[in-house]
Parts: sequence; structure tokens; C-alpha cells
Amino acid sequence: MAEQSEIRYLTPPTVEIKKKKYCRFKKNGIKYIDYKDPEFLKKFLNEQGKILPRRITGTSLKFQRKLSVAIKRARHLALLPYVTDLLK
Amino acid sequence: MQNNYEAVFIMTPVLSDQQMKEAVDKFKTVLSSGGAEIVHEENWGLKKLAYPVNHKTTGFYQLLQFKSAPELIKKFETELKRDERIIRWLTVSLDKHALEYAQKRIQRLSGQKAQKEAEATENVAQEANKEQVTVESENNKEE
Repeated sequence: MAEQSEIRYLTPPTVEIKKKKYCRFKKNGIKYIDYKDPEFLKKFLNEQGKILPRRITGTSLKFQRKLSVAIKRARHLALLPYVTDLLK
Repeated sequence: MQNNYEAVFIMTPVLSDQQMKEAVDKFKTVLSSGGAEIVHEENWGLKKLAYPVNHKTTGFYQLLQFKSAPELIKKFETELKRDERIIRWLTVSLDKHALEYAQKRIQRLSGQKAQKEAEATENVAQEANKEQVTVESENNKEE
């Protein structure tokens, strides 16, 4: 009976090695997020110009709050769009 | 009590360079007459807007960093609001991290400026050398 439960693969199943996400602000010691630098802020937006969630970028809660403020300021000053398609 | 502030405003692209400078000077005098000290200013020039504002797709960006009493900000913002040449503005107070960043930015920009000037003088020197060379070659031809 033990032989039946044993599953044999032709190619060994690829086990994904999880890359640990990290907060890039904490890692690089960035204390202030500049709203005047749209190119940097674009790293945290999706194609429609929406703010990416923390679970994707790995940003810590403290800096996600600061980041969202910076992005909203940049949007107000027309440095970043509110809505768009194909931002990247 | 004086706090640190930073203001960015966008002017309409219909202004000429002279008119734009006048507008900037106006707001600088508003600040300085109110007892504020202008620490830093930057003109980003004509930039494309990410979306149209007041049916305009471009605008002159101007940044002013200054120290002032908090009471002055309201007056300053009213002036911005009343001016037809201004299409967008944002005034933020700078905390200690922001101030540190702003100082670094000023240093970096002044460094770039100095480098550019150095390059410009170098270019001039090179051109002068070239001219000398051409003059010399012409002399050679004549001989």
C-alpha cells in the first residue's frame, strides 16, 4: 500500500525559493520621501497610476504612509497622473 | 517663531520669460515684506503636466524654500489663489528629515551648477585651442 501513495515525477517539481521582501527605505536609510521626484515615485505605482500595496512592494507601514502622502502631493502638482493607462 | 516651508507653484505657459520672472518676484516680495527669509529658489522651467489643468498642458514650475512665521502662510496662499497667472500651488512645512534632504538637494544642485560652469569654461578653452590650431594650419597653408 505504501507504494501507491508514493508519487513519482518525471521532472522534479520546482520548489519556489521565496525571496524575502524588504523595505527599501529602511534598508537604504531614506528618511524623507521627496514628492518632487516623480521618476522615483513611479516605482511604487502600477500601470494605471495606482499605488501598489505593501504586500507587493514590501514597504514597511511607516514608509507606506509617507509614500502615499508624497505620491498624492506629486499628483496634485501634475507631476504624476491621477488616472492613466500604460504609465510604464 | 519661524518654521521652514517649501512652496511649489505652477504658472501658465502663456507668460513670457520676463512676465514669469515678474510673477516670481512678486511672490518673493510678498514673503520678504512679511518678514520671511528666502533660503532657496529653483526654476524648473517649462514642464509638461501629467494631466491638463485649466485646459493647459504645460506650465512653468517654481520652487521657493523659506523660513517664516506660520501666520504669513495664509496671506501668501491667498495671494497665490488670487493671482490668475498661478494654476496650481502647494505649500508644505518641512520637518527635520525634510530639511536635511532639502539641504542635501541644494548642495547637490550647486555642485552640478559649478560642474557645468567648469565644463563650459573648459569648452571655451578647447574652442580657443581649436581656433589657434586652425589659425596655425592656415598660416601653414600660406607658407
